[in-house]
Parts: sequence; structure tokens; C-alpha cells
Amino acid sequence: MHLRRVNPFKEILRPLGQLLIFIVGSAAVISAITLLIALLLRSTRTDIDILQVTLVLLPQVLIDGITLGFMYAIIAMGYTMVYGVLEFINFAHGEFVMFGAFAGVELLIWLNAQGVLKTADLWLALIWIILAVLVGMTISGTLAVTTERLAYRPLRGSPRLVPLIAAIGVSFLLQDTMRFLQSAINGDFYRTFPEFGPFAQRLTLFTIDMNGRPINIAIQYKAIMLIAFGVVMLVALNYLVNATRLGKAIRSVAQDQKTAALMGIDVNRIIALTFLIGGALGGAAGVLWAFRFTRVDPYMGFIPGLKAFTAAVLGGIGSIVGAMLGGMVLGLLESFSAAYFSIFSRGAFGAEYKDIFAFGILILVLIFRPQGLLGGKTTQKA
Amino acid sequence: MRRLTLIVAMFLILAMVVSACAPAPMPAAPAAQPAAGESAPAQAAAPAATGNVIKIATQSPLSGPQSVLGTAIKNGAQLALEQNSGKLQEMGFTVELAPFDDQATPDTGVANAKQIVGDPAILCVVGHLNSGVAIPASEEYHNAQLAMVSPANTNPLVTTRGYPEVNRIVGRDDVQGVVGAEFANQEMGVKSVYVLHDKTAYGQGIAEFFRQKAEELGMTVLGFEGTEEQANFDSVLTPILAANPDLVYFGGIYSQGGLILKQMREKGIDAQFLGPDGLDSSEMANLAGDFVKDMYFTTTAGPLSLFPKAGQFIADYEARFGEQVQPYGAEGFDAMNICLEAIAKAAEANGGAMPSRAQVAEAVRATADFDGITGVKTFNEIGDLTVAQYFVKQVTSADPADWGAAEVVKVLDIPAPTSN
Repeated sequence: MHLRRVNPFKEILRPLGQLLIFIVGSAAVISAITLLIALLLRSTRTDIDILQVTLVLLPQVLIDGITLGFMYAIIAMGYTMVYGVLEFINFAHGEFVMFGAFAGVELLIWLNAQGVLKTADLWLALIWIILAVLVGMTISGTLAVTTERLAYRPLRGSPRLVPLIAAIGVSFLLQDTMRFLQSAINGDFYRTFPEFGPFAQRLTLFTIDMNGRPINIAIQYKAIMLIAFGVVMLVALNYLVNATRLGKAIRSVAQDQKTAALMGIDVNRIIALTFLIGGALGGAAGVLWAFRFTRVDPYMGFIPGLKAFTAAVLGGIGSIVGAMLGGMVLGLLESFSAAYFSIFSRGAFGAEYKDIFAFGILILVLIFRPQGLLGGKTTQKA
Repeated sequence: MRRLTLIVAMFLILAMVVSACAPAPMPAAPAAQPAAGESAPAQAAAPAATGNVIKIATQSPLSGPQSVLGTAIKNGAQLALEQNSGKLQEMGFTVELAPFDDQATPDTGVANAKQIVGDPAILCVVGHLNSGVAIPASEEYHNAQLAMVSPANTNPLVTTRGYPEVNRIVGRDDVQGVVGAEFANQEMGVKSVYVLHDKTAYGQGIAEFFRQKAEELGMTVLGFEGTEEQANFDSVLTPILAANPDLVYFGGIYSQGGLILKQMREKGIDAQFLGPDGLDSSEMANLAGDFVKDMYFTTTAGPLSLFPKAGQFIADYEARFGEQVQPYGAEGFDAMNICLEAIAKAAEANGGAMPSRAQVAEAVRATADFDGITGVKTFNEIGDLTVAQYFVKQVTSADPADWGAAEVVKVLDIPAPTSN
């Protein structure tokens, strides 16, 4: 890695461009394949026009897939950064997500009890959400650093499976800690994101006519916000890693810890900071997850965490750009397979088969490209 | 890289295993399995009189997303025990409540049932909330000849197995689903319906009865999907957008139902919404917010305002527990009273001595014209009510505090199905 002068402007534009390419590219490819299947199956159904149904659903499926993809991408950052630096898969990352979600939701529940949320207009509501995201980031970041210090650092240098098992242990510990805390304080261990602001409203983009029935294709304010949050966070992370001194230190530790230490970099501090950044992103994703899907419980982090890990592997674990691509592809795949499986198979396969499909794609990718879609090729190992 | 692939493969397998049973909380290990030596005689024969302590167990979810209803069952039963165990005390018995938390999961329910069966002092069980838990757990009670009175389980299979120990004081899903379909057809004017369910014995069961009747009545069933998702319902809702039904029917519990209603409205699905008694909780309004207004649900738990004798119960309950009575609280109260009455009768018939479990089970089944706060109850030969009441209610306010004020739009008295 030669030292080059960084152009901050370029470091902001480049990830933006990459994100745009990934979204448009994977959306276009997956949509094209879906439409092709619909076209081929068109003659098999006489009761409904599959092609028309597919087209009508497409915008909503794309919006769902992209918002989901952003969330997977943000969570996948935590996996990929830690993997890049330590070659260690932190399976407790999903629980950092869960803690962040609880922190944000508890804050909003408290604010709601004070009566400040009900009156919020769009901009004020936005500020409260940003505040909740920041609180979630703080709590999860702190938790991640603490976990690294107490559970992972003592195991550094031991065989690879040892910290992995420790991470699984931490994951269970954190789940049950939250369950215990919530049961003790609220008598119940799930919480509901309070209802406020105009986020459930929809912005109608255009109207499609389906056999004389108009169908509004609309995007929720919520989805716009989630996408905006996602873009800001991914761009900020890219900037941090590629254009700052801290980022340079992280990259050098990722390349070679011993040499980095010889160059005067405090390796322990950098690893702790990596956990801080990854954990904070996870916390933000947790609050956004709660915002999108309303309910949080102590076990909510497990499945999204697993899928985000899958996304990181799909994109090439260790690569930040790869995690963005992997998250987007997985989110879209999941959304598409869920929406179209039952239509294409005449109800034989329901939406519940979506995960099998998404994980099946992962296995295929790993057979033909074990390093992931962007792994190996890119030098941008965080 | 190969090692990474291996690890990934390992976790994929783990993922599939976990998602198969997710997202229910990890079942608690059966904490106090009695040692083999103790439990064998306790399970094999009806326990002999051991002292004069009589325990009555409750099993319902006391933690987790369904605990609002589960706690109401326990509280109602506790109140009944505190108020009405006088007769047994006069006969020289000490009566205690043994509450168990089944976490709405079959595994935990069965593990608890084994513990309950192993305690010879327990003579009767009030439970469960979920049919999917009650059915496997009652196999244990049946083996031990232990009487169970269900305050809430509506799946037909609870009683149609013909076990002499298993009874319920509510109606059945094969009727409730039919009531829903008829109401949708006649009063809501629905022509097409999309059916969702939660893949449990209760939810899927009732959804299937609804679908059958709906098709019989000439409604178009545009889809029939199950989901175990707890938060993200995009996958099941998007196809509904294309199907454009007049009505979405959800067979399941409010913890999913509230989110489904909210997310479908956010997606722009304007279809009417109908579901069974699993949706009957103020949590529904918490989760779905304003969208909850005007939705319908069928239920076997009538609103307390319909029952003339409920006033005293409501006052006592609120004084004792400091909270509003949730659905199934009154049913828990009645179920416990049936247990107490039957135990007293069995003890009398036994000459004042501690009755055996089989004697109690027989006395419970013989319950006739029991005048409870939720109506007069008589068990038929399989433990169903001879005549059960069914209600259709419409939510009028999005405020969770006003949940109980939901308007009763229809009341039906329907005899138990005789086919099985």
C-alpha cells in the first residue's frame, strides 16, 4: 500500500457511485431474470396474466428489497471489518444489533411517555429518530468494545475455532441478559416502537392500470428515510476507512499486525476502534430495523445477523465494497423470491421458501467463487 | 479459504435448524425433572394421599409476546382460588396455586407438564392459552389421569381425541372459522379473500376451517399462506397487493396480527381485516396503531360487559392485581372454579379423604349447569361445552385502553359439533 494523497471529494463520490451501480445493477439483473421467467410461464396460466402481475408488483418489491439490502449491508460491515482485521467471525454481532435496537426503542418509549413524540411534525420526528439512532450507536459501540476487551482479546492468538465458539457464547449471554433485564424491568421481554410522525404516509409515484383497476405505486416516507440513512452511513464508513489517518491505521493492521505495530500503530487500540465502528453501525441498523418492523425482542438479532454474515461472505468477507454488494444482492434476492415464488409456482412454494433460495444462491457462489463476488480481487481489505 | 467455507457450511446448517424453530424463545431446560426413582411411581399410579395439600396448576405463557393473555389466565385462576377454596379448607385441606410458564412453546409446555404430573399434590390443571401447546401437554396429563380444564383452547383436536381428562370452557375453531366466513360473506359483503396463518395448530387450523366455509359460500380464496416471521411480513404481503382481495383473514395471535395489519396498510392494501380470538388483546392496538380501527374479530371469549355477573369479578380483579382485566381472565376464573368444585365433590365422595386424580377427572367431566361468570357450562361426553357462545366484534377505537369497548356486532349460541 503506497502512500497517496487522498482527495476527500473523490472518497465521498466513489462509494456513492459504487452503491448506485450495485443497486441499479443487481436490481436490473434480478428484475430481468424474473421478467424472463414470467414471460416463459405466461402461457401456463390462463386465470391471471403473470407478466402483468409481475410488473405491477415490481416497484414495491424493489423498494422492499433495497431497504432490506441496506440494512443487511450496514450489519454486514460489522462482520467484514472485524474479519478484515482479525480474521475472526464475530457471531455476537447480531446481538449488538439487538442491544442498539432496544436502546433506541427504550429512548423513544420514554420520550413518548413524556408526550413529546405525539406532537412531532416530519422534521421534529426526524430529529427524534436520529437521536434514537445515535443512542443505539453509542450503546452498541460501547458494548462491542467491552466484549472485545473482556471476551475476545484474551483469546487472541489461540486457534481460530476458539474465539468463534466464544463469540457464540457471548451471543447467547447477551440474548439472555437482555431477556432478563427486560423481564425484570418491564415484566415482559419485547418492546414496541412507538407510533409517531407521518412516516406511514406514502408518496405516490405513479399509477398503473391493471384490468381497469388502478394500482398506486407509492413509496413510504419510511423507506425513503431508511435508504437515506443507509447511504449516509455507508458513505461515511468508506470515507473513514479510505481517507482518514484512522482508516489508514485500520487498513495497515488488517494487512499485517506485526509490521503495523513496528510502524508505531497501537494495534490493540485499532482493533478496539474497529469493534467500536462495527458495533455502532450494528446499533444504528438495529434502531432502523425496529423503525421498519416495529417490534424488538432479545432474539431479533440472530436471523438478521446470520443473513448479514451471509451477505458479507457473498460479497467477499473482509471487503467493505463486497459487503455493500452482498447486502444489496441478498436483500433483493430475498424480496424477489418471497414475492414471486408462490405466483410462479401456482402456490406450491410459499414465501417461506425464500431463505432456502437465498442460501442456495450463497452455496452456488461459494462453489464457483469461494472468495465471494468481490473477494480477493479487491485490495480494499479493511 | 476452505476452512472458511467449512465454517460457513456449519452455520448454514445451524441457521436452518434455528430458523425452523425460531423465533420462539429458547425452551427452558426442564429445570427440576424429578429423579427417575421418584417420578416412576408418581406417574404410574394415581398418587396416594400425601398429606393434605392440594395444588392446582396453571399453565400459560407468563413471559414473551403472548404473556398479556397468559397472565390474565393465571391471575383469574389465582383470584378464584383465593376466593373459593373455603369449602376445601373446611374439609381440612390446604389449597395452593402452582403457576407454570409455558412460554407459548410446545417444548416448554410438555417439560412443565412432566413436572406437574410428577407432583402428586397437583389434582387439576387450568391451561393452556395455545392449542399447539395444550395438545402435546395434555398427552402427559392423560397418561397421569390428571384433569385439565382449558380456558382458551379452541382447536378441535384438544377434545376430539376423546380423553376423559381434557375439557374446555370455550368454543371450537371448526365453528369459529365458520362463523368468521359466514360473517364475512353475509354482513361484510366480501367476494374475495386472502387467508394468512401462523402455521400453528391453532392458527392454521382455524384458517383452514375459514377457507373451507368461504369456498362453500362461493367466495374466491385468492391465496393461503403461512408465516413464522415475527417482524418482517413483506414477503407474505406483497403478493396480496397483486391479488387485491376484499378481505384479509389472519388465523393467528395478535403479536403477528398487529404487525401484519400495520404493514399491509403501509403497503397500501386497503382490504378489510378479520381474524379469530387470537387477535383479542389491547396489544393489537399498540402494535397496529390507528389502523386497528374498524377491524373485525371473532371470539369465544365474550366481552365481560355482556355477562351480568362479571361486575364483581372486574372490581375484585382490578383491586387484586391493579390492572385491567384482559381477555381470558374471566375464563381462567371459571376454569379454576370448575376444578375447585370438582375436587370438593370428589373428596366428599371419597369420604372426606384426598381424592385420586382419576376421581377428580371424573368429577370435572360430570360438571353440569355450572353457573360461571362467562355463562352456564355443561360438558358433553368429550369435554366440549354442550352449547358454546361465539361473538363477532368490531374495534371502535385505536386507544389500547378502550380495547374492551370493542362493539359486539353479533352473538351466536351454537351447539358443539357432533360429527366427531
